[in-house]
Amino acid sequence: MSSRTLPSRTSNANNRRSNVAAFARRWIPGVYHALASVATSKLWITGVCHALASVATLTWVGDAMAAETPELMFPVPEFSDHPIPTATVPEVQGQIAPLLDVAILFAALCLASYFTLVSRSRRNVLLLTIASLLWFGFWRQGCVCPIGATQNVALAVFDPTYVVPLTVVAFFILPLVFTLFFGRTFCASVCPLGAMQELIAVRSVAVPRWLDHSLGLVAYIYLGAAVIFAATRTGFIICRYDPFIAFFRLGGNADMLIFGSCILLIGVFVGRPYCRYLCPYGAILRVLSCFSKWRLSIPPGTCINCQLCEDACPYGAIHPPTVAQTPAARRRGKRQFGFALLAAPFLVAGFWWLGTTLAVPLAQWHPESRLAEQVRLEELGVAETTTDASDAFRGSPRSVDDLYQSALTRRNDFVTLGGLLGAWTGLVIGFKLIYLSVRRRREDYQADRAGCVSCGRCYWYCPVEKVRLGLISDVSEALPDGRTPGGPLVQLTVGGKKP
Amino acid sequence: MSGEQQTDRRGFLADGARVVGVVSAGVLGGYLAGQRGQAEENRWQIDPDKCVGCGNCATHCVLDESAVKCVQCFDMCGFCNRCTGYYTLDGLDSRDTAAEDLLCPTEAIIRTFVEGKAGQNFYEYTIDTDACIGCAMCVKGCALMNGSLYLQVMHDRCVNCNECAIAVACPSDAFVNVSADKPYRLKRIALGVMRQKAGKSDTAAQKLLGQVHADE
Repeated sequence: MSSRTLPSRTSNANNRRSNVAAFARRWIPGVYHALASVATSKLWITGVCHALASVATLTWVGDAMAAETPELMFPVPEFSDHPIPTATVPEVQGQIAPLLDVAILFAALCLASYFTLVSRSRRNVLLLTIASLLWFGFWRQGCVCPIGATQNVALAVFDPTYVVPLTVVAFFILPLVFTLFFGRTFCASVCPLGAMQELIAVRSVAVPRWLDHSLGLVAYIYLGAAVIFAATRTGFIICRYDPFIAFFRLGGNADMLIFGSCILLIGVFVGRPYCRYLCPYGAILRVLSCFSKWRLSIPPGTCINCQLCEDACPYGAIHPPTVAQTPAARRRGKRQFGFALLAAPFLVAGFWWLGTTLAVPLAQWHPESRLAEQVRLEELGVAETTTDASDAFRGSPRSVDDLYQSALTRRNDFVTLGGLLGAWTGLVIGFKLIYLSVRRRREDYQADRAGCVSCGRCYWYCPVEKVRLGLISDVSEALPDGRTPGGPLVQLTVGGKKP
Repeated sequence: MSGEQQTDRRGFLADGARVVGVVSAGVLGGYLAGQRGQAEENRWQIDPDKCVGCGNCATHCVLDESAVKCVQCFDMCGFCNRCTGYYTLDGLDSRDTAAEDLLCPTEAIIRTFVEGKAGQNFYEYTIDTDACIGCAMCVKGCALMNGSLYLQVMHDRCVNCNECAIAVACPSDAFVNVSADKPYRLKRIALGVMRQKAGKSDTAAQKLLGQVHADE
């Protein structure tokens, strides 16, 4: 098409021209056909009619109007008793007062923390979970959510032209602050995505430790990628790959539905797969939860080491008491710690380098980079067909060089950004190795500081808790056959392995 | 004794981290709130000068019924008898209002006779917004002539997603962020006419201009 070489006009005018060209191609296959076609062509008839109409109307069209709209093919007529109406557009309608949303989130967080830490009621936590799923999920359709708010905040920090709504800021910060004081009570019963998975975790199997730790790293890498893509306006990938938004809205594209269904299906057997292995906001909360002032404690009194809570936890977040280490094991542990410390800088450097090599695929996430590549292929004559985007580009006044330049600049930016993402990945892996090589002493069964989502399932199983509630008079009544309080503990956990 | 010391040290570290966390959350919140004071929040809108009428708006919106609808800018309309936004090119000849001759798949364009003058009949074309699905068939048709029909995101319907699903699918980069107090757009050539109208104390035009974001 030739429109690129013409001086800039509106795309609309180009559009019109290209359509006319399409007609010409359609109606003029040969000389004979051309003559025959022109005689019968609708375009020709319309053209002549409109030409006549133009002449007829030109006399009573206001001069000012004609001067103001030189690009109109047919001037606006002036009627004797019919003023030209003005287009109307509806007013902006907020669905709900933004403050109300924040107030409800705050109330839900307070209730969640109260139910988990003070009243210790799994039943109430569960009820709140269902309520949150209905309100934040199905009624508010999963938007605004703190997980996605991460991207808005990232964009607002890196791009001052973007204005982040205060609701979104509140949604991002409130759960963080609550987590610093009460642990991940947000994950337990406020987050609609967590609630969805909480309710379907019915046949959980234990995930091997090495796999659990490795997959857990994905969330941090996802977080890094989401921040980079949001900050460069490449895309909001957390929203694009939100697992349950299609269910909340009762509609969505096939990818969303398939991904969501897979997460749900896996979630039946592996507790909360999205929260544990993907959720970028969960990744932040994991870290903050390690420093929380108060957190869920399993038995209200003295732990009888019956292991029921560990079996009951679908998220593998309860650790057994540790046994005394042999001097050899302690030396080995120290060596591991040393190696992990030494390896960390190399991991950061290595992954930084790896990240810089990924600039091209990373930049491809931006639609403009894909357009530039398509246009390049078309210019080289390699592309077999044009795309909607490249057609639209040809119709726009923008030059090919400008597009290329912009794509090249972006690619260079992504060398740096890819390096940063790589370094972040290396840092996360390094930290994980160091964290794993540090040994912690536990006298009884304890919830993992990072992994525990404060769902309170363990309360339902803890015999000490049952005694407190007056459901049973003695802890032994709650124990399965052959298990005695504290009895099998030493045999059970020798070498960190269960029989 | 050493165990207690360790607990104390750990507690101290946790306290320190907590204080740092709360303070940095506060600083972040304050910074973002301060930044917000300088401008309005954003909304999605279609730049009608960039729109190519691909039809993605009808199918990619997360709402069951797309928030994108057609708008008729009467001040650009020729009130043509043979409207290429109303009739299919085959229908232009017969000017029959049978379904196969009309472009709009949902009969959302209402054609009313206005006046006959100089041997010409003039018709007004209005959009039934509730019936419109934002498919842009008429927009493409009208682009052959004056291009008075154009698509807009209707802000009584739009839920203002973080990442507009249509914007992701838009081939011509026509989705732009506009401020929430002026969340609509006009074609560039209509702006002048509208300003002129508003200058003649036309309240409807003044109202529309108040809703329209114009960057020149």
